[in-house]
Amino acid sequence: MSQKIKKHHEPLIHIVKRDDLLGWQAWGIRLAAIAVGVLLIGVISSLLTGENFFKVYDIMFSGVFGRIFEGKTSMLWKYLQDTAILLCLGLAVAPAFKMKFWNCGAEGQALVGGLAAMFCMITFGGKISEFLLVPIVIAASILAGAIWGVIPAIFKAKWNTNETLFTLMMNYMATQLIAYYVYIVGGGSNVITPVSTGALPVIGNLQYLLNVLIVAALTVAMYVFLRYSKQGYEIAVVGESQNTARYIGINVKKVFLRTMMLSGAVCGVAGMLLVAGTDHSINTNTVGGQGFTAIMVAWLGKFNPFVMALMSGLIIFLRTGAAKVADSNFLNSSFADISVGIVILLLVGCEFFVQYSVRLRRAKKEVEA
Amino acid sequence: MIVEFISRAILLSIPLLFGAVGEILTEKSGHLNLGIPGIMYGGAIGGVIGAFLYENACGNVAENMNPFLAILIPLLSSMIFSMLMGLIYSFMTVTLRANQNVTGLALTTFGIGLGNFFGGSLTKLVQSDLPSIALTKTSRFFKAELPFAKDLGWFGEIFLSHDFLAYSAILIAVLASIFLTKTRVGLNLRAVGENPATADAAGINVTAYKYAGTIIGSAIAGLGGLQYVMAYADGVWSNNAFGDRGWMAIALVIFALWKPSMAILGSFLFGALCNANNYLKGLGTETQELFKMLPYIVTLIVLIITSMRKKREHQPPESLGLPYFREER
Repeated sequence: MSQKIKKHHEPLIHIVKRDDLLGWQAWGIRLAAIAVGVLLIGVISSLLTGENFFKVYDIMFSGVFGRIFEGKTSMLWKYLQDTAILLCLGLAVAPAFKMKFWNCGAEGQALVGGLAAMFCMITFGGKISEFLLVPIVIAASILAGAIWGVIPAIFKAKWNTNETLFTLMMNYMATQLIAYYVYIVGGGSNVITPVSTGALPVIGNLQYLLNVLIVAALTVAMYVFLRYSKQGYEIAVVGESQNTARYIGINVKKVFLRTMMLSGAVCGVAGMLLVAGTDHSINTNTVGGQGFTAIMVAWLGKFNPFVMALMSGLIIFLRTGAAKVADSNFLNSSFADISVGIVILLLVGCEFFVQYSVRLRRAKKEVEA
Repeated sequence: MIVEFISRAILLSIPLLFGAVGEILTEKSGHLNLGIPGIMYGGAIGGVIGAFLYENACGNVAENMNPFLAILIPLLSSMIFSMLMGLIYSFMTVTLRANQNVTGLALTTFGIGLGNFFGGSLTKLVQSDLPSIALTKTSRFFKAELPFAKDLGWFGEIFLSHDFLAYSAILIAVLASIFLTKTRVGLNLRAVGENPATADAAGINVTAYKYAGTIIGSAIAGLGGLQYVMAYADGVWSNNAFGDRGWMAIALVIFALWKPSMAILGSFLFGALCNANNYLKGLGTETQELFKMLPYIVTLIVLIITSMRKKREHQPPESLGLPYFREER
């Protein structure tokens, strides 16, 4: 070693792991991070647009919820629908991420789920009764998502193939499958005209109510599954330490396969909700990159479905609101992605301050004395 | 036609090569940077902003522009953007100990948003009366080819007709390959990616290597975005035109088995695969869509085979994607 041996000295700052932080304090830090993010977005947008700082938030709020105080709820329903879809994808990746299986393929799994739904709606539509067709559509999309999700898990279980890269590649295969299908059905126009056969029923005249209810039920179910079921417990153990899991007799490979099947299936549901429940059509942009946002939702929500619901609500609010701010000033609505990126980065970064505390050298000496 | 096909495949392969070499350097430091697609957008828009401001400053007249500055300014601003994004990534994952996948994906969202936002709003923001961003003048400087390339027929078109960034990409890949296998710093970097605890014990500054590997890797990847806008797209920015090339670059890293020299061949193959559908006349449009799946399928097969054969020199860096905190060994 050619390095000079330095005189021992204590670093100016050092990092100590926290174990005494109360729940509300941790959430205080996270809320502070969100507040900083929202303030930053306000500052950036008023700098870019020359709009009054407070006006920005006004535009955001009315852009998301519309004239809600005058009893007009259509914007609110759209907001709930977007939140529900993002949450549904988040619920799908949460079990996989909890066992440290980096499923970056929610996008593809949802797309094939949607594709299966579309395929059944078009192929069997009009040929069999609606009462039979709707369950078939639902089952097909769940099955398709589960299959698309379990393939990387098989390879991971058998040969330890890197699942992050595997699932990423599968996303683009799904996208191209859809491009292929859309071209065949659309016949060159590259659009599938909406098909009403096999679509999910509409409750009352509220277009999005059923979607929201389904996702709400899924949220509760996922909470119970992760928290109270044996399988959910196994996921937690595998995620903490595969060696421990093996030691106490958990079949890690089986948990991989089962969990990824579940993860893919829930993604399939999300795709089905988008295709059979909302658009009644499909294109390569139906999921629109939300499969990736969902990973962040799951992570930020600490795999707790109810917290994840709040996180999806926040992200959708920022996304829609920031897009409205940009739109109303004739700027590009991709400002939404910038805003979401800023807040997520801040939230991910603030976890450091939840887990560790930074102490200065002097402060520590006083403690010792 | 075959000459045109090869020449076009090379042109298509260059952004992938830049992205892949940048990501290889990053991954060798143990960082699976999924922010690369966003960073490439960031590099592209950085260059566009630099070039746009310079063209504006010169009154949009080509004669006023200094060829040297016309290249240097976009190049530097592109690298500043992508290096800043690499810095954010390293700061988050190394210093703030955040999860690599989540940080990377957030950065991709951010970067793509950044690119599309400024790409779509730049003219409005500087109150220019141009309808959209068309940096054809700057692009011409970037695309300057060797004067005698046209006289050499097919040889000239395939090997000599490209922009200088294309040659730089190949040069950088070769240099990166030498760097990783022949230099002490390169071997240290690989040690950090394989086993940071051992590297730390051997006196290697793990944090510094992780930062440097990621930031330099990001700068190289960002050049891929710049080359795409300036050379492939003739300086015309259109939103989302860069597409999923960033993800394809990540695929290429696997395909090349984490070797920059293999990435040169791999990128050419990917470029050819992306391009082949336009030249196979018998294919209908629907089959062409399936054809575009090929690069990903090929990558998947390589990924599966390497994981099955478990040959040691073909594996990803051992601690890829794993965090390293000294006190948690």
